Amino acid sequence: MSRHAMQRALLWALLLLFAAWFLTPLYVMLTTSLKDMDQVRAGSLLSLPTSPSLEAWARAWSSACTGTDCGGLKPFFMNSVLMVVPAVLVSTAIGSVNGYVLSKWRFRGSETMFALMLFGVFMPMQVVLLPMSQVLGWLGIASSIWGLILVHVVAGIPSTTLFFRNYYVGLPDELIKAAMLDGAGFWKIFTRIVLPLSTPILVVTLIWQFTNIWNDFLYGVVFSGADSKPVTVGLNNLANTSSSVKEYNVDMAAALIAALPTLFVYVVAGKYFVRGLTAGAVKG
Amino acid sequence: MVSSSPAGARWLPKLVVAPSFVLSFLFIYGLIAWNGYLSLSASRLLPNYEFVGLEQYVRLFDNERFHVALVNMGIFGTLFIGGSMALGLLLAILLDQKIRAEGLLRTIYLYPMAISFIVTGTAWKWILNPGLGLEHLVQQWGFENFSFGWLVDPEMAIYCVAIAGVWQSAGFVMALFLAGLRGIDDSIIKAAQVDGASLPLIYWRIVIPTLRPVFFSTLMVVSHLAIKSFDLVMALTAGGPGFATDLPATFMYAMAFSRGQIGLGAASATVMLATVAAIVVPYLYSELRAKR
Repeated sequence: MSRHAMQRALLWALLLLFAAWFLTPLYVMLTTSLKDMDQVRAGSLLSLPTSPSLEAWARAWSSACTGTDCGGLKPFFMNSVLMVVPAVLVSTAIGSVNGYVLSKWRFRGSETMFALMLFGVFMPMQVVLLPMSQVLGWLGIASSIWGLILVHVVAGIPSTTLFFRNYYVGLPDELIKAAMLDGAGFWKIFTRIVLPLSTPILVVTLIWQFTNIWNDFLYGVVFSGADSKPVTVGLNNLANTSSSVKEYNVDMAAALIAALPTLFVYVVAGKYFVRGLTAGAVKG
Repeated sequence: MVSSSPAGARWLPKLVVAPSFVLSFLFIYGLIAWNGYLSLSASRLLPNYEFVGLEQYVRLFDNERFHVALVNMGIFGTLFIGGSMALGLLLAILLDQKIRAEGLLRTIYLYPMAISFIVTGTAWKWILNPGLGLEHLVQQWGFENFSFGWLVDPEMAIYCVAIAGVWQSAGFVMALFLAGLRGIDDSIIKAAQVDGASLPLIYWRIVIPTLRPVFFSTLMVVSHLAIKSFDLVMALTAGGPGFATDLPATFMYAMAFSRGQIGLGAASATVMLATVAAIVVPYLYSELRAKR
C-alpha cells in the first residue's frame, strides 16, 4: 500500500470508530427497547433482540410508573406539547420585532440595552429560580403550564432577539429607506418587507427554541406541579422510580419517546439546527 | 440604520420594544438582585428578609457538601472542557480531509446535541450499569474478572458524568471548529504543501493558530455549559452515591428546593453567577467592541 492509501485507511478507521462510539447509545436504546426483560438479563448490551416487540414502548407510553402514578409518559408528553407550542411562537415573535427595532430603528441607548440583554443568554438560571418561583406564586400561575410558558418566553427573549438582530443587520438599509419614501410606516415595512425576507432566520430560531424548550429539565422540575410536568421530568421520574424490578427496556423506550420530536427535527432540518448552534455560540 | 423619520415613527419603535425589554431586564437583573438579597438574608425553609450579612456565604464555604461540589466542578470541568475541545477539534480536522460521506458523519457526530441531557443520562446510566451493562458485555467476551462499577463508586462516579458529557458535546465543538476551518483560505495550505510541509505540521503550525478566535469563543461557551451542568448529573446519578457527584448546580437545587436552605441555595447561585460572569463578561465586551 502506498503511503497515501495508508493514511486514508487510518483516517477512515478513526472516523468510523468515532461514529460507532457516537451511535452506540442510540443503538443500545433502540435494541433494549425492543427486548423483553428476560432477553435484557440473558443477552448482552449489544445483542440484537431475538423476538423484537413494541411492548416496552406501549408500557412506557401509557402504563409505566413515574413515582406513585402509573399512567406512562403520555400525560407528560402532552404537557410538553402544550407548553412548547405557545412558548416557541411567542418568544420567536417578540425576538423578531426586537431584532427589527435594534437593527433598523435604533435609538439612543438601544445598543447598550442590547449588550445588557446579551448577558441573559449566558446567565446561569439557578440565579433566578428562587425569586421566580415567588413571582409565579404572586401571579397565581405557580405549578401550572402557564407559569412554565411564561418562564420559557422570558428566558428565550435574549437569544431570539440576538438571532434576529444579527440577521436583520445584514438586510440593506436602502430597502427600508425606499419603503419609507413610499410612505410605508413602521409596521407596514415590517410585515411587507422585513418578514417576507426572514424565512431562514425564522426557521433557525423556531428550531433553536423548540429544541431548548422541549429538552429543558431545570425549569420543568422546579416550576411545574403534579399536572404540568414536562416529558423530561416524566422520563427522569420514570427512570428513577425504585421498584423491585428495574425495567430497562421500558426506560429506554421512554427515553426514545422523549427524544423523538427533537431527533425528528434534527434529521429533517439539521442544517438549520447547526446554524442555530453556531449563531448562539459565536455572535455572528 | 434608519434615522430622521415622520413624527410618530420616533416613539413607536421604543414603545414596541419597551414591554419585552422591561420584562427581560426585570427577569435578568431584577431577579439577580433579589437572589443576591436572599443570599444575604436569614432565609431557611421560607424566605425571610432579615439581613444577616455574609453569614450564608460563611456557612456555604464551611459546608462539606459544597466543597465536594467545587472539587467535582474542577474535575468535571477540566475533563469536560478539555475532552470536548480536543475531541471536537480532532473530529473537525478529520472531517476536513475531503471525506465523501462528510454530511452523514457530521450528522452522526452531532445528533447527541439535539436531545436532552435527561435522555442521554438515562441511556448512559443503562450502559454503565454495573452488572448488566458494559461490565456484563465485556465479561461475556471472555474477560470474566472485568469489573466496571464506576457509576456506583463515590470516587469514580464523577468520571462517568464527564464521559457522558464529552459524548454529548464533542460534536457541537466539532461543528464550531469545522465552520472555522471552512473559513480558512485553501491556498495557504496548498502553498505549504508545495514547500514540502507534512499535513500534521501544516495543521499544527498554520491552521490551528489561525483558528484562535474560534478556539476562544468555543472555550467560553463550553466552560459556561460546564458551570451550568445540571440535567446530566440528575439523570445519571442524581448527585449520588451520597452526594459524591454533586456540582454547584445540583447543590443549589438540593438546598433551595428539597433541603429547606433557601439562603444557602441563593448564596451558591450567586457564586455560580460570579464564576460565569468572570468568564463571559470580558468575552461579550470584546465581541461587542470588535463589532463597532
